[in-house]
Amino acid sequence: MATLLAPEDFSPGEDAMALNKAFKGWGTDEKAIIWILGHRNADQRKQIRLAYQQIYLEDLIKKLKSELSGDFKRAVCHWILDPVEREAVLAYEAIIKNYRTDYRVILETAFTKSAEELLTVKRSYQFLYKSSLEEDVASHTAGDMRKFLVAVVSVYRYEGEEIKEGVAHSEANILGDEIQGGRGGGGGGALKGAEEIIRILSTRSRPQLLATFNYYKQIHGISITKSLDGNPADEFSEALRAAIQCIKNPKRYLQKVVRNSINRVGTGEDALSRVIVTHAEKDLKEMKDVYLQKNGRSLDDAVASETAGNYKAFLLTLLGNQDYF
Amino acid sequence: MALSHEFQALTKSFSGFGVDEKSMISVLGKWHKDDIKSYRKESPHFVQDDRLFEKWVDHHVDFLKHEFLRLKNAVVLWTMHPWERDARLMKEAIDGPQAYGVIIEVACTRSSEELLGARRAYHSLFDHSIEEDIAYRVNDSHRKLLVGLVSSYRYEGTKVHEEIVKSEAKILCAAIKNADRKNPIEDEEVVRIVTTRSKPHLKAIFQHFKGINENLDGESTFDKTMQCLCTPQTYFSKVLDASLRHGADENTKVALTRVIVTRADEEDMKEIKEEYHKQHGVSLSKKIDDEVNGNFKDFLLTLIARGE
Repeated sequence: MATLLAPEDFSPGEDAMALNKAFKGWGTDEKAIIWILGHRNADQRKQIRLAYQQIYLEDLIKKLKSELSGDFKRAVCHWILDPVEREAVLAYEAIIKNYRTDYRVILETAFTKSAEELLTVKRSYQFLYKSSLEEDVASHTAGDMRKFLVAVVSVYRYEGEEIKEGVAHSEANILGDEIQGGRGGGGGGALKGAEEIIRILSTRSRPQLLATFNYYKQIHGISITKSLDGNPADEFSEALRAAIQCIKNPKRYLQKVVRNSINRVGTGEDALSRVIVTHAEKDLKEMKDVYLQKNGRSLDDAVASETAGNYKAFLLTLLGNQDYF
Repeated sequence: MALSHEFQALTKSFSGFGVDEKSMISVLGKWHKDDIKSYRKESPHFVQDDRLFEKWVDHHVDFLKHEFLRLKNAVVLWTMHPWERDARLMKEAIDGPQAYGVIIEVACTRSSEELLGARRAYHSLFDHSIEEDIAYRVNDSHRKLLVGLVSSYRYEGTKVHEEIVKSEAKILCAAIKNADRKNPIEDEEVVRIVTTRSKPHLKAIFQHFKGINENLDGESTFDKTMQCLCTPQTYFSKVLDASLRHGADENTKVALTRVIVTRADEEDMKEIKEEYHKQHGVSLSKKIDDEVNGNFKDFLLTLIARGE
């Protein structure tokens, strides 16, 4: 369920004018921006962008980019986008912006959607960037990571419930051989070969994979994610683990991403706003429940204590809070 | 009394490419039991059994079966939705003896949306994704290329970055030159470029090859892939020619139906015909008229002539 609180009645024209007023003069009235945009759903935001363009002959997004700054700016500029567009933009930024592709974003793009949703994101990406998501991921990564990431964004998974038990069993064995065999005894070494893991994770349907993971645990006495546990500097193994966790339980996986971001473990700020912004209209409520369960404090409290200023106010608004101004 | 030219006519009517129904009917329709018996004694399609009767040679019956089925196959394929058509073609190619050529052909010569449609159809027809089936069945060096080709959702705009074209053309060139030591399709960069770049981009790369006299017109998987992506009409013209040669095997012959039925309504049929004429000095229609028989021939010729 969404955490976003948006009114039924609204006037895009009035909102556009109120936003314009917020930009005028010295400084920017960020509170007004948070109050308006933080309470509008995707359809409403689209109408506001249109109205703003019509009245002021300016792109609202450009205006926001020039008036705001820092984490707050990034969050708002992602939020204002239509959800499909946003995923394409996030993927692009993950690939192009840093010297190293942020594989976690690509995995989220690939694994938290249905096959059709992934397609709409790829189309949006092509429209925005005049190249395909696959070619950009491919040309900015190398080796096993490349094979894996390209495969998981290219696949058009079968979405039925059918599973083949025999195949699940044999693939659980194949995975075991590749994971444990390639390490020369004991954990911590890098995988020697990953062909079959990549094949299985990037082509099989989700129900089939879940059955396979179950068999894995039965056969090897240890969950597949634990077997891949090891050297955090081995990015590729980390990516495989992340993918498997996301397949098994996307909400629990995302909650962990958020927690790590809050605790400054691994990659920084980006993940927190990315997850909140992309899920506020979808299923952030369930994620909050998982977060509370796993961490003993609510996500709202965590955000309130670990972030500050307008950025904090915006995130809390998206989380469904009304009373912190 | 049956005449020897009638024997010849009958044998001819079911020995070629497609069956000549008219001939068969006019001959067999008149013959009496004795005529047929004489035919059996003389025809190479029958042998003397040790139980003292002339029996059909089994592989001729098989041959006949294929030939009689050609029209039915063509008609069924023609009336099918293109997505189902491509999905079934690929399924057959995966299940059968490793006919990677068909997988490459379908994956590379269809538009992004057409290929996507075929993948959807494959889900609903076979309860699997095509990626998983290919990945599972293909265990050799072809796997990465084939899975990549079939999963591609290429950008279809015309925008091309010249500098990237140049640098990737260099990479492919180097891989081709090194082909004796390492098959280009096992090279990661080759697979990346060929399975993710847009067709205009690849065509631009192909232009660079022509500049250095690399025609990529061999039979290797890499050459076939590049042909399908960059010069499909050349590829199709070659496949058609091979199917019409004497002594072609079934897998090669079946391409005639497949190519004509799948391309008849596409813009490239015209180009394929032009390319065929250019390469072989005779029009495709004439060649088909000479080499193929019966209703099957008529159907093919009608399909090719559309839009003229």
